[in-house]
Amino acid sequence: MIVRVSGEGQFRLPDEDAERLNELDNRAVAAVEQGDETGFHELWSQMLELVASDGNALDDEELVESDVILPPRDVTFEEAKGEFTGEGLIPD
Amino acid sequence: MPGLGGRMSTVIKAKISRLLDRAEDPGETLDYGYQKQVEMLQNVKKGIADVVTAKKRLQMQSGKLEQQVVKLDTQARQALAQGNEELARTALERKTLAQTELQTLDTQVKELEGQQEQLTANEQKLRQKIEQFRTKKEVIKAQYSAAEAQVRIGEAASGVGEEMADLGLAMQRAEDKTEQMRARAGAVEELEAAGAFDDITQLGGGEDDIDRQLRELTSGAQVDDELAKMKAELGSGGGDSPALEQGKENA
Repeated sequence: MIVRVSGEGQFRLPDEDAERLNELDNRAVAAVEQGDETGFHELWSQMLELVASDGNALDDEELVESDVILPPRDVTFEEAKGEFTGEGLIPD
Repeated sequence: MPGLGGRMSTVIKAKISRLLDRAEDPGETLDYGYQKQVEMLQNVKKGIADVVTAKKRLQMQSGKLEQQVVKLDTQARQALAQGNEELARTALERKTLAQTELQTLDTQVKELEGQQEQLTANEQKLRQKIEQFRTKKEVIKAQYSAAEAQVRIGEAASGVGEEMADLGLAMQRAEDKTEQMRARAGAVEELEAAGAFDDITQLGGGEDDIDRQLRELTSGAQVDDELAKMKAELGSGGGDSPALEQGKENA
């Protein structure tokens, strides 16, 4: 699975991580819907940590599309309200 | 796919594929696609230059304010040494305001620096992708049938398209931030123009409009504290006090 973190490039993650990422994504959506800013930031950093720990940065020479595009690291809660809605970043 | 980057990426990719569909000859499409990518890279360079300009302007303002802080501090001491507490207070109020503005400016300069670094790194990455696209396009032109070439062009263009969309998003965010900072810098300039950071030696007698506004803007407690501290320092320093000469003190 190829994941892009906006502004930081693409990472290749093992396919098993898709489920974990999706779960975090869905919980982030729930946090945003409840207006739980602290909860959202906590989940968001867990998503970034997952990409950092399991992902390998793609070579600059690879020209491939990402399966998932995550917002920029410094995404604000206001911006998140527009992104983490419905099915989240990863459609179920 | 939604997502801050995702939505924009979809728009840009759609645009690219529309462009690519228009040409009949895949070879032509490829050259055109490449040309568009190189143009985009030029825009990115311009965007980075804008961030650098904004940063320089803030740095210049920050330098000026620093000088004013030193000068107003000296003048406050001189005024106090002469027993003119009212004038010392005015100078300290101005100093406090200048310091507050200075802190904000310094934070913004740091933020812009971070953005400049990130954009530069991304520009480098995009350059590599475009170079890769150029290599690929020559291979596609030479080796594939028209129909097959169309498919491969689409794949390669999507990869570059996503990279471009992402950089476009980063540029947009940098621009928004630069815009906010420009507004902020403008506000500081207005205060400056109104004389908020002027030497107290340039003031006429009595309190003017600026002083009344300053009193509202600055924290009275901080000024009181500083004034008390200065008094204590002067008290222990003995009675030998420098005179505040109109217009030609050295800061």
